[in-house]
Parts: sequence; structure tokens; C-alpha cells
Amino acid sequence: MPDFLLEIGTEEIPARMIENAWMEIAKRLSDLLLRESLWNAEPSPGMTGIGFLEAATPRRLALVVPGVMASQPDVTEQITGPSFKVAFKDGKPTPAAEAFAKKAGVDVAQLEKVTNPKGEYLAATVRRKGRKAAEILAEALPKEVAGIYWAKNMYWRAGKPERFVRPVRWIVALLDGEVIPLEFAGIRAGQHSRGHRILGPAQVEIKSPAQYVETLQKAHVEIVGADRIHKIRKALDAATRTVPGARWREDAELLKTVVNLTEWPSAILGNFDKQYLSLPEEVLVTVMRDHQKYFAVEDAAGKLAPHFLAVLNTDGDPDGLIRHGNERVLRARFNDARFFWDTDQKTPLVNRVEMLKAVTFQKDLGSYAAKAERTATLAEKLCSVLAKSGQKVNANAVQQAALLAKTDLTSELVKEFTELQGIVGGLYAKAQGLPENVATAIYDQYKPGSTEDLAPRTLEGAMLSIADKADSIAGMFALGLVPSGSKDPFALRRQANGIVKTVVEHKLPLNLAQILAEAREGYKGSEAEKKFTLSGEAYVQAVRGFFRERLEFYLRDVLGLAYDVVNATLAAGADDVVDAAARASAVAKVRPSSDFESISVAFKRMKNILRQAVETNKKIAAPFNPAALKDEEEKKLADAVPGVAKKVKELSASRQYELALHEISRLRPPIDAFFDKVMVMVEDENLRAQRLGLLQTLVNEFSSIADFSEIVTEKK
Amino acid sequence: MLQQPYDIEVGAGTMAPETFLRVLGPKPYKVAYVQPSRRPADGRYGDNPNRLYKHMQLQVILKPPPENVQELYLESLAALGIDLRKHDIKFEEDNWEAPTLAAWGVGWQVMLDGLEITQFTYFQQCGGIDLDPICAELTYGLERIAAFLQDVDSIYDIVWARDPKTGREVKYRDVRYQDELQMSVYNFEKADVEKTWKHFELYESESQTLINQFNTLMADKNATVDAKERFPLLGAYELCLKCSHLFNLLDARGAISVTERVGVIARIRQLAVGLAKAYVAQQNVGGEAVKKQGGAA
Repeated sequence: MPDFLLEIGTEEIPARMIENAWMEIAKRLSDLLLRESLWNAEPSPGMTGIGFLEAATPRRLALVVPGVMASQPDVTEQITGPSFKVAFKDGKPTPAAEAFAKKAGVDVAQLEKVTNPKGEYLAATVRRKGRKAAEILAEALPKEVAGIYWAKNMYWRAGKPERFVRPVRWIVALLDGEVIPLEFAGIRAGQHSRGHRILGPAQVEIKSPAQYVETLQKAHVEIVGADRIHKIRKALDAATRTVPGARWREDAELLKTVVNLTEWPSAILGNFDKQYLSLPEEVLVTVMRDHQKYFAVEDAAGKLAPHFLAVLNTDGDPDGLIRHGNERVLRARFNDARFFWDTDQKTPLVNRVEMLKAVTFQKDLGSYAAKAERTATLAEKLCSVLAKSGQKVNANAVQQAALLAKTDLTSELVKEFTELQGIVGGLYAKAQGLPENVATAIYDQYKPGSTEDLAPRTLEGAMLSIADKADSIAGMFALGLVPSGSKDPFALRRQANGIVKTVVEHKLPLNLAQILAEAREGYKGSEAEKKFTLSGEAYVQAVRGFFRERLEFYLRDVLGLAYDVVNATLAAGADDVVDAAARASAVAKVRPSSDFESISVAFKRMKNILRQAVETNKKIAAPFNPAALKDEEEKKLADAVPGVAKKVKELSASRQYELALHEISRLRPPIDAFFDKVMVMVEDENLRAQRLGLLQTLVNEFSSIADFSEIVTEKK
Repeated sequence: MLQQPYDIEVGAGTMAPETFLRVLGPKPYKVAYVQPSRRPADGRYGDNPNRLYKHMQLQVILKPPPENVQELYLESLAALGIDLRKHDIKFEEDNWEAPTLAAWGVGWQVMLDGLEITQFTYFQQCGGIDLDPICAELTYGLERIAAFLQDVDSIYDIVWARDPKTGREVKYRDVRYQDELQMSVYNFEKADVEKTWKHFELYESESQTLINQFNTLMADKNATVDAKERFPLLGAYELCLKCSHLFNLLDARGAISVTERVGVIARIRQLAVGLAKAYVAQQNVGGEAVKKQGGAA
């Protein structure tokens, strides 16, 4: 069986897109090979993921598949023709029989008679020869390559015949030593690849797929991503060892980037003047990582050391020219940062509050100065709720932090390094002698930036973060700028996720609906309010639905709870986030028990019966009268309810939901017995009303933790 | 071919008609020129060793781009005396967009030992018009490259000229410092906001009037080919460039709020888009006549 190779040679593909593009083309190829019966998908040793060697660099996407079929297996099949009666008259073939034989490619004598449910028919057994792999691939691969999704693509040939991420410059497509005659983007596949831009030869002949990886290595291209990672790690280690006690800082994202920026990586260690260490680490690391793609180096104590590591796309730097150049660039960058830092200190944050009037938060919502005022007011309200529940938060610090939080937007440093907003404010606050809790709150205001990120470290930070985000969400919603589908230009979902996460992790006694109602209050009487399109109940409903989705997301995707557990829990209330999270976790824990399953089935049944009763205008006794019940089973159930309900209430009050659910599970025997023996919808109107009343009481009493009828059960 | 710098303030070589207008339409064109590029907000009073109000770009337009355009580019670095075997060169994704010109493209920033020395863009759209064929735009940052070649930390220390007899050096500082200082003062402190707005509006309205007149002319069945071909769209384009520069000036002056900004950009964009369309229409007017003249290239 021949080996297969496809290499699409391009101009440099953006680093961030390489991995996904390779995965997609690999999937497309494996689907194609399987669909066309050209491959037995048995992963060989050393292969990863989809079964192919993960082979991609900035200049090439490659697929190597050992042992594909040279051609499809032949297929024998019987095809049915005209009815026998039509095909043969008096034992002789009619033109219909001859035409069918011709179509099937057999002699009339080879035709058979078959009997199927419709009657007797003529049939022919034909053998279809499998097509050649080269032919199938030449035809299908260009479409698969063209189908790759790119976040941003381009056209380059006149008449725009195709789009791709960057121009395709060569293609290698082989089955063993034979070229697959395919064409894409005006390029005919051949046997010639290219080496490393600078180190390698311009042309490299690939004799066979089996020799591909090795041949490219000789041309200074390490095609397998995992091998480049290994090489880079070793190079970083080796370069770092030149400084006693030093370690390079792990950075998975950065590593992924440099792997996808190089074909033949190596690394160098460069130095910078110790004087720059007086700048905060955050600034130095951001400059190195985000702007120069350098790894940071720390000393044995974990403190930033005056060195950096650059990953090169060449085999070394014997003359130190590359190190010298990189040091020069970094020096200029650090100089800039220090210049901005020093300039910024001339105007302390407190003097920048006024400047925020000129900085627009959102065109209809006004300036950041107005936002700061609203945020401060909202944060104050949140603080007083916390204080009432006994949580200690320094409301004055929150006030001060809220008023100063956005002032760093006017700083030169943030204008240059926007990703440091908030952090710079926190650093400046500290440098300018503001209290630690104020500085920390400002520093953490944008936290959590993602589901993996931590919530603000302090309660003061949490208050500021929540108030700031709630103010934005309230304003945008009131303007009608509600996120929908993939459209969420103001990242309101992320902000709402942040609120939910912060509330849960700090166990804050805050009600989401109330926060958003208060946030809306903040806009009262403002210019912005004239532009609002969503108000009153419509606003409340929109915000509630939005936050319910965010809470669902948190419970499902962050806490990993099953969707029916989440639905059941939130059906019982979604405003108190901490409470909902506690209820959901408890429900998830008891859910596997058979008692709980049974209770869930019973509640579904009760709800169905009650719904039908309402729909058919049946009377439901409220409250029901236990004395009016007749059967033993229903009396037992009615007797059990008050005791269990009392315990459940007590346990729920202290959020011991798991115990409360166990308590409810005790009702399983009487409930099962009830449904076994008692008929609810009896003719006797009075008795029926009492029985319905009993069910209604059960549903009412025991649905405050979760709506059990939402739990997906196996039994009907 | 080599062109001379365009003699009107522009923020980048892209805005010179040699790029903005020549990339439109089907005619092949290959040109290089140095373009002084003014960005008022980037001024630093001559204090910052890496930032300038006015810097020099070497702008190269290759329409359509040859297949070996990247290799040619690397050869151009070698021609500058950079031995690529001794350096680290990377093409890192950097897509370009100019909202005032309704233009965008995809490409890279070319990094030489960690220094961005060139912006390499495949133009896709200009003045809101899809380009066909596209062109490659190479923008070399001349100060950066010179500082790299001369191994100096500050742009102001670049040796601009050396007297062959005495060896006396004239530095970038000697030539340009005063310009950077005084223009920073003007751009940030002295430019009269009200008058600048007035200038802006005057240029804008004249440019728009010309575009409207041209469109009326094109719709006029009795208008001659000659009348259409001699219509001064290039004049209207210069007026549009004036608007663009005045906008940058007002921006540096802090006279444009974030809210207004979007609106002003849209106004300039409207001129640019109108002009691009008109220019393409005008190029097609003569048809045969234009072909006979052969165009430049």
C-alpha cells in the first residue's frame, strides 16, 4: 500500500491560525479517505490526534498518511432492470432486455431472473472496478483545501478565482514516488518542496512520503510541531543555564505562538540594564511578551531578572548580532515605557478625574467621568447590602477606587499598552501613596477577564468590579444594545460572567435582578436616558433572561453540572446566585440515587395531573383537608408532608440543601404507594379536589430547591 | 519606476495618488518613492529617540504582485547590506486598515532581530472598491532601517551625511530636530482649532462639490470625452488629502471627542470613496484613447 503526502506551501500563515487549519484539513482528508474506502483508520505508533503526523509550519500544512489503498476495492453488485414479462417475449429477449444488458455492460445471456415483492424482474450482476486513489484524490483534494476556514482570508490572482489565508506558492502531492496530478490556485502539484527561507535550498525534491520529514530536516525545516516545541524548550533551557540560578517563565500561549512563527527554531538569551527593573514587572513582562514575544527570566527567588529569551527562526547567533539587535529594540521599548511612566507621575490619578469628562465611555452613555460617578453610587449601595449581612467591606475605599478606577485611561502608558488598563491604575495608585485596598481594587477592576481568570482578590475589588460591569450592562441594555448570537461588541456576556463568578466566589448576598435595577437607577435623569429604548418591565425581563443564561453558563461550563440539574435548579429561582449554585451542587450530588430518580418521576406525574386539571377546569382544594381523604395511602402521604416540609425549610434556611434533598427522598415510599393505589381523577368531585389539593401542596412545598420535574429520567 | 515624494501632507505613503489612485483599475503599475509622512499625534517635541511627527517611508507598489515578491523583498534587504544569514527574519501577521480611505489589506510586519522594519501588505480594497488585480505594498521605515544599519539607539544620532574631505558628519538631529520640536508645539499647542475646523470644512466642501460636478458630467449624454477626461479629479483628491491631514491635526490638538471622531472619519471616507469611484469611471471614459497612450508603468 502506498504512502500519501500532501504539502501545501504558502507564504507565512498567521501563527494563531495554523493549528486549527491543520486540524481541519486533516479531518477533511481522513473523512475523504474513509468515504472513498481508501484507508483503514488504524493509527500507527507516533501518530497523534486524528492519526496523522501533526506537520505544519508557517509556510506549509502537510499531511502524511502511511499505507493508503492504491485504489478502491472492486465492488460486485446486482442491478435490477425491467420486468421479466417486458424483457422476454416467447423466451426471446426484447429490445428492453438488450438495452438493459448494454447499460449494465453484460451479454444478454448473462442476465438473470430475480423475484422481488413486485414480481419477476430482470437483473444483472456487475463488477464495478474501484477507482484509482490518485484519480480520486486529484479530483477531491482541491475542494477540501479550498474549504478550509480562515478567520481572515485574501485573494491574490486576477479575477479572484479562490481565497486562502495567504498566497499558495507550491504543492507537493505524492503516492509513494508518484505525483498526484492535482491543481489548486493555479499551482500544479509536483515533487518539489522548499527549504527554510534563509538556511535551506530553494528547492527540495521529496522522493517519497516516507522520506518527507527527514528530507525537510536536511533543508532546515522541522515540520512536526511537537518536535519544534521540544527543540525550543531545550534551547530555552540551554540559554537560561548561562545565568546561574535563573529560570525562564513558562508561558503556554507564548510558546504556542513562537512554535508557529518558526521552521527551524533556536533561542538566545539577551540582557537589559538593571535600571529598568525599577519599572513594575507587569509593564516589563507585557512589553517583552506582547510586543516582542520574549520569554521572561526570573532569579532563584522568582523575581524578574534583567534578561530575556528570544526564539529565533534560524540556527544560531554566533556573532551575537541578533542578540545585539534584540537588546537594542527592547531598550528602546523600555525607554518608552519609562518615559511614559515618568510623564504620567507628573499628573497623579486624583488630578485626572476631571480629564475623564473628555473621554467617552459610549457615545450615548456619556463620558467616563459620568460612569465613575454612577459606579461609585452603585458600589456604595452594594456595600451597604454587604454590611447588613455582616460582611466586612471598606465602603470608603470602594468609593475612592470607583472614582479613580478609569483615570488610567488618560495615561500615556495605557494609551501605549492598552492591555494594562486597570493594572496601571492600581500600580499608579500604590506609587502615589493611596491606601493599599484602594490600589488593589483598582488593579483588579477588570477581573475576572475570562472563566479561567480569578475574581478580584478583595471584597473592595469585588464591589468595584461588579458595580462597573453592572453599570455597563444596564446602560447598554437600556439602549437596546442586547447581545444576540455571535454579536456582542461590548463583551457584555463576558462582563456578566464576571459578575456571576465574583458573586459566587466571594459568596456575596447580592441579588442579580436587584443589582441591575439599581444600576439602571444610576442613569435616572441623565442625558443618556433620553436615548434609552428599553425600560420598565421590558428592561427587567431582558436583563433577567440574560443573566439567567449567564448563570446557566456558569453552572454548566464552569462548575460542570448537567443541563437538566441546572434547569431544575434555576426553575426554582435564579436571582440569588450563591443560593442557586449551592442548590445546583446539592441536586447534582443526590441525582444518581434511585430515590431521587423516583421522586423526579413522581413530580413530573404530579405536574402533569395538575396541569390537566387546570386545563379542564377541575377544582383544586386549597388548602386540602386531610380529614376528607379516604384511602390509607393518601392519608399516610398527607401525614408525612408537614414533618418533612418543616425539616426541609430548616435545612434550606442554613443552605444544607443536600440534607434537605435526602429529607425529601424519604417521601418516596408514601408517594410510590399513593400512585400505586390511589386514583386522583375520580368522579367524586369533592374527593378529586382534595386529592389534587394534596398534590398541589407537595409541589408547592418541595419545589423551592429545584423543580424536580425538570430532571431527565429514564423511566416514564 | 521611481517617483518623487508627493508634495502635500499625508499620513502615509499609501495616501499619495501614486498608490491610492494607481492601485485602482486593471492597469499594471510598479513604482517606488520616498514619502515623508506626517502624523501630528506621534510628535514628541524631539524628546523621544524612537518617535517622530514626520518620518520617511520608502513606499513600493507592485501591481500585480510577482509570485516571488517575498524573495524579491528579502533581496532588497540584502542590497541594503543586511546579511540575512546572520540575522533573524520573521513575517508576523499584521493586517492593515485605513478607515478614512475605506482601504484594507492583509499581510505582515517584517521583523528583523525583533525590530519591525517593513509593513508588507496585499491590498484587497481601496476607496471601497475591490482591487483586481491586487497589489503588494511594501512600506520600509527608513529611520528605523538607518538606525539599525548604523547601530545607533536614537534616530537623532543617525548620520545623514558625511563630508568626504573632512569627515564632518551631519546628523539626523541637525537636519530634523527643530522641525520635530516646533511642529510638536504647533500641533499640540498652537494650531488654532476654530480656524483648522474652518479649513477642514472649506476643503471638504470644495472636494465634494467637484465630485458632484464630475458625477453630473458623467450622467450628461451630451458631455464630450474630452470634457470628462480633463475634469480635475486629481484636484478634488488633493483637497481630500488636506481634510485628512487637518483631521489628524485636530485629533492631536485634542479637539475631536471620541464621539465626533467616528463621524469625521466617515466624512473623509465619503470623499475617498466618491473619488475612487469617479477615478475608475474617468479611467474608463477614453477606453481606446487611454490604451493608445499606453499608460505609465
